[in-house]
Amino acid sequence: MSVTVTSFDEVGDQPRDSSAWKGFAWSIARDLRLAFRSRAELGVLILFYVIVVTLFPLAVGADIALLRALGPGVLWVAALLASLLSLPRIFAADFADGSLEQLALSTQPLPALISGKIAAHWISTGLPLVLVSPLLGAQFGLTAGEGWLLALGLLIGTPTLSLLGAIGAALTLGLRAGGGLLALLILPLYVPILIFGAGSIEAARAGLGASAQLSLLAAVLLATVVGAPIAATAAVRIALD
Amino acid sequence: MSSIAWFKLASPASFFPLARRLVPWFGAAAAVLATIGLWVGLLVAPTDAQQGDAYRIIFIHVPAAWMSMFIYLVMAFWCAVSLTFNTRLAAMLAQALAPTGAMFTFLALVTGAMWGRPAWGTYWAWDARMTSELILLFLYFGYMALRNAIDDPRRADRASAVLALVGVVNVPIIYFSVKWWNTLHQGASVSLTSAPTMAAPMLAGMLVMAFAAWFYAIAIVLLRVQAIIVEREKNANWIGDLVPRTR
Amino acid sequence: MKEGGLSAFLAMGGYGFYVWTSYLVAAIAVAVEIISVRARKRAAMKSVRKSGHRVSVPDDIQ
Repeated sequence: MSVTVTSFDEVGDQPRDSSAWKGFAWSIARDLRLAFRSRAELGVLILFYVIVVTLFPLAVGADIALLRALGPGVLWVAALLASLLSLPRIFAADFADGSLEQLALSTQPLPALISGKIAAHWISTGLPLVLVSPLLGAQFGLTAGEGWLLALGLLIGTPTLSLLGAIGAALTLGLRAGGGLLALLILPLYVPILIFGAGSIEAARAGLGASAQLSLLAAVLLATVVGAPIAATAAVRIALD
Repeated sequence: MSSIAWFKLASPASFFPLARRLVPWFGAAAAVLATIGLWVGLLVAPTDAQQGDAYRIIFIHVPAAWMSMFIYLVMAFWCAVSLTFNTRLAAMLAQALAPTGAMFTFLALVTGAMWGRPAWGTYWAWDARMTSELILLFLYFGYMALRNAIDDPRRADRASAVLALVGVVNVPIIYFSVKWWNTLHQGASVSLTSAPTMAAPMLAGMLVMAFAAWFYAIAIVLLRVQAIIVEREKNANWIGDLVPRTR
Repeated sequence: MKEGGLSAFLAMGGYGFYVWTSYLVAAIAVAVEIISVRARKRAAMKSVRKSGHRVSVPDDIQ
């Protein structure tokens, strides 16, 4: 591998004082800049989402009533899988070129830096899913209201997926076993988000209103925002030792 | 016991002889309790009014389910200890617990299916408890797979410890969400959680079998941890003391 | 009648298949676990013995 200027050097110096917010801001800006350099990779992810979602009508037939029933579940599961696919990119590139070690050694608190990475990951991978999902929902006969609910649920849920996924990505850094192992580790943790997310639309359909599920999604997100960066930081330090 | 004695025990070298001494006692206790439990469960406890003799599966199913969850908690506890005190032995204990926990989880799932068919007409009813049990199996497999995928034993110790702790925090959330999902989708559901109203011999049989399972688990985990200690410490120079020349 | 007793016991009120499959799976699972763990310990001990370890206490001390 030729000696290149690492992504670490290219995108500017770290702030001199070590406040968590500055570290977070620096990290999120850096990772976003790096993410948008490989826009094609992100486009592929959205395409993956679209393709997986399209597979289901092909598999079960075009009966619109059936598709309506399956729709929320399919759209959520596909979002989970797309999220899963994109997780390695949070740490893998930095791990490979040594930047991650630099980050761990820096004066900025590592949880703040990692939170920035996770936030950038969500903006570049989760948010596009949120925006695309109502369009795909229309393919499954979701009403406009259900489409909004889907987008809202994903808006609250996908950050949690990024946060939990980052823990898995950090634990499996540099391992040969890779993607399949990551899926095995993370998908059980994703189950509550899937249940509340897809369940919100089911509840709305049943006339019960989706506020309970959405509140639960929000609660899970809050708890994860507090806990996941700590776990991810521990996992990163373990991988770097 | 003074605290000094406990710390001495924290080394694999001094724990090994203790484990070796304890295994036969716990194994014998488990065998005796299992015999009593099976006798009570299969012969003494009366036939149930609603479920006939099919309910007798609970004498395996319920202890297995209890152990599957209990072992995960114990495993997570030792993982926490291993991260806090950076000890090898605690991590080895967690490593030894996982396969047995997975075994009990698998057993709970199989016997749950066997019970479901005669009692409620279907092998797998997607009820909250069984679905959560299935996810617990995935958590065990994830722990073991992560350990397996990491070559360096200490990194494997720490990484799988973090995973187990993340898992144990998530288990209540997963269970709650699955319970929610289940009630939303099933309306008037027949639940595998509704055990037959317990006659005293039924409860007694279940408790005896639960203790039998617990003592068995202790015995087998202490045996496995001996194997793990030898595997991982084989280059230590005290290992010669543990391995008798004759045998 | 002992005869009727045994076959009634095995039949388990018609649910014999389910009950005995459960108990059999449990017995097999436990047996497999015990056998495999003992084999694992044996293999570990063997590999230590092979590698020629140093013994700092005499053999007759357990």
